[in-house]
Amino acid sequence: MTIALEVKDLQKSFGGVAVTQSVNLQVMPGERRLIIGPNGAGKTTLFAQITGDLLPDSGEVFLYGQNMIGKPVHDRAHQGMSRTYQIITLFAKDSLAHNVVLSLLGIHKRKNQLFKSLPANDPLYDQALELLDSVGLKSQAHRRVTEISYGEQRRVEIALALAQQPKVLLLDEPLAGLSRDERVLVADLINSISKETAIVMIEHDMDVALAFAEKILVLQYGKVIVDGDRDTVVNDPKVQEVYLGH
Amino acid sequence: MQFWVIQTLNSLALGGLLFMLSSGFALIFGLMRIANLTHGSLFMIGAYLAAATLREGYSLWVAAIVAMVGVAIIGGLIERFILRALSNNSQGQVLATLGLSFVAADACLMIWGGDPIPINAPEMFRSPLQMFGFMFPTYRLVVVAISVVIAIGLYLLMERTRLGAMIRAGVDDMQMARAVGIPASLLFTVVFCLGALLAGLGGSVGGPMLNAYPGLDADMLPLALIVVILGGVGSLIGTFVASFIIGFVYTFGIALVPDLAYVILFLPMVFVIAFRPSGLFGTMKA
Amino acid sequence: MILKNNYFYLAVAAILTIAPMFFGEYYVNLGSQIMIAAVFAASLNILVGYGGLTSLGHATYLGLSAYTSAWLFLKTGLDHGYTAIIAIAFTTFVGAIFGWISLRASGLSFLMLTLALSQIVWGIGYRWVGLTNGDNGLSGLTRPTPFGWDLENSTNFYWFTLIITIVCLFFIARIVNSPFGASLKGTRDQDKRMSALGFNVWKIRWISFVLSSFFGAISGLLYIYFNKYVHPSVMSITSSAEGLLCVIAGGAGTLAGPILGSILIVLLKNYVSGFVERWNMLLGIIFVFIVIFMPTGMVPGIIQLKNRLFGGKK
Repeated sequence: MTIALEVKDLQKSFGGVAVTQSVNLQVMPGERRLIIGPNGAGKTTLFAQITGDLLPDSGEVFLYGQNMIGKPVHDRAHQGMSRTYQIITLFAKDSLAHNVVLSLLGIHKRKNQLFKSLPANDPLYDQALELLDSVGLKSQAHRRVTEISYGEQRRVEIALALAQQPKVLLLDEPLAGLSRDERVLVADLINSISKETAIVMIEHDMDVALAFAEKILVLQYGKVIVDGDRDTVVNDPKVQEVYLGH
Repeated sequence: MQFWVIQTLNSLALGGLLFMLSSGFALIFGLMRIANLTHGSLFMIGAYLAAATLREGYSLWVAAIVAMVGVAIIGGLIERFILRALSNNSQGQVLATLGLSFVAADACLMIWGGDPIPINAPEMFRSPLQMFGFMFPTYRLVVVAISVVIAIGLYLLMERTRLGAMIRAGVDDMQMARAVGIPASLLFTVVFCLGALLAGLGGSVGGPMLNAYPGLDADMLPLALIVVILGGVGSLIGTFVASFIIGFVYTFGIALVPDLAYVILFLPMVFVIAFRPSGLFGTMKA
Repeated sequence: MILKNNYFYLAVAAILTIAPMFFGEYYVNLGSQIMIAAVFAASLNILVGYGGLTSLGHATYLGLSAYTSAWLFLKTGLDHGYTAIIAIAFTTFVGAIFGWISLRASGLSFLMLTLALSQIVWGIGYRWVGLTNGDNGLSGLTRPTPFGWDLENSTNFYWFTLIITIVCLFFIARIVNSPFGASLKGTRDQDKRMSALGFNVWKIRWISFVLSSFFGAISGLLYIYFNKYVHPSVMSITSSAEGLLCVIAGGAGTLAGPILGSILIVLLKNYVSGFVERWNMLLGIIFVFIVIFMPTGMVPGIIQLKNRLFGGKK
């Protein structure tokens, strides 16, 4: 079976400080992968190299066998990779529906149409409503992003990513800054995502993350210290040392 | 051969003036992320202030000081009252400086009229120097010397003084600098005044070469922009080198192919943008 | 805010069409000038308001188009129909190249590049006397006679300009409300997000640059037909700044903004130049004022007022 996402020997340094050291990662289709590590371990940097926002010094990133290094960021959506952001980057002044429509357009050939209109009753908006329904926000579809709560915005972020029916979904701290109740809603949402999508998640909330993950990658100082299933990682002495005092 | 000597010296002198103009612009841009489109106007005001001072019978040196101080004060007022009202709005700041440049241009027209005002070099520099069988326009040499002194002075300021350290910190990472206790507001005003001062100095020192005329601002500003883009933001050496490159390109361009001088100016900039967007020596993308 | 009521637009168009019957020639010509400014501002708004890319060199496209048309007419005697096509094509081509160069940078560097490029073209306009006649400008031009229509008559020219303006604004509105327009606005608001969603942000911006220069070229043709004379100052930064002011004062990123802004600025300029020689200074002061106190322009201000007075969507 083809590996969904493979990271091979990734290296990155910033002026003498190695932030990614020989990182290897394999994610199978449909797998639930977690990346954890203390602050500064290089999780976000790793993500950035996978999404194409940062160019590694050496190493490769394969998406279903296709090398992604050097390809522009916008290629990834077309190859089946979607992501959410730790800091919410929605289109604040637009409605939730419009936000999702933009996501749908991203990989749709209609995005190049210059003279056809995009009215409010366009089929794309219907699709958007369905997607918002799947994240429980259909009733808010016509409200602006600035008018909904932070937790709801997080769910919209995920809706945007799901709209493109990704084969690999990267979630960057999806639970950050959420209240207790909101966390439950978002966690349920993540857990309900179809098995057709492999999920790679960075997260600090250990309860949710550990319950979610099938395999876990633990990073420290840019290096992989453990890579295995839940039990292996939880019982590993190195991991216990890293998280002691947390 | 004499032609080449003259043009070379003209190039070097223009380069020196451009350095005085552009270093101010680069400083302001590097630290405050403001593309100060009033900078050409400040240069021109410097020239006019120098001309006015000379008319009163003072020497060019006094005129230069008046120009520097006058323009620095104007710069300070602009920063305090207009740019500060637009902090966090870099586009707004650029547009405001654009608007101010129009006001300045018309004000100069109102005060000093539409005819160019000649500015004479000090007596002692009027006769050419004879060396190696060639005649060197003396004042041009003086301009080059002044620009080198300014360059060294700026270098020492940036590398050896507290102010310089604060500026460098701010250019690198303003948020961090603030967190460390660097007084951002004060620093901004000081740097803007310094930039303006340099422009004023350039305008006055350049007076004998360029004179004071309406449109001087529009002639100088694009050159400053090209220098900063070419040399790279955040690099003093870049501004220095680029100033002289443009000085040469512009002078020889005008002398040899006057119709196409602007096109020739074009080329190094296009080359740089296409292959090295951060400029020849740039440490950051502008 | 998009006024969805088509009858409103028809009514406005009807009023504008019969207006010349009630006003003297001076006002009819003023109307033409306002429309030319409106097309210019609307073309710039594609870039500034919808693309979020502030350009200080837009007058280049008006000027290049005007000069090309004038030069071709004077030197080759080509028919106005052909010179128009060549002028627009050439100007759009230059727009494509300048767009490519300028978009190598972003933010403030982009702005500086548009300014530098524009100044260079302006400088060539003044210096290359052999080509452009320098400070004397190009004169001795005529207005076209489409289908035998005599445009020397002010009212006829006004109607000609009205038709072209309506067509241009119609197409610009279509573009802005199309999927492409939605992507353009997206790149303005969250460009990194757009890349992640699969949009080629650079290409979108470049296309908007080209479209902007295309419509700018059309305004250039209207300009030269109206004035029958062109001077390098039309490509100056002052000229670009006036266009930018029309966009900002009216409200960037709205369809009505550039139109309202043009009405304001053209009327102001005409009124003021009768009394005061210091138009530049006034322009500068208005600029600073608007930027500090009314950065979103008149149209959003009017919408807010309407909502407050009549209730309506918050």
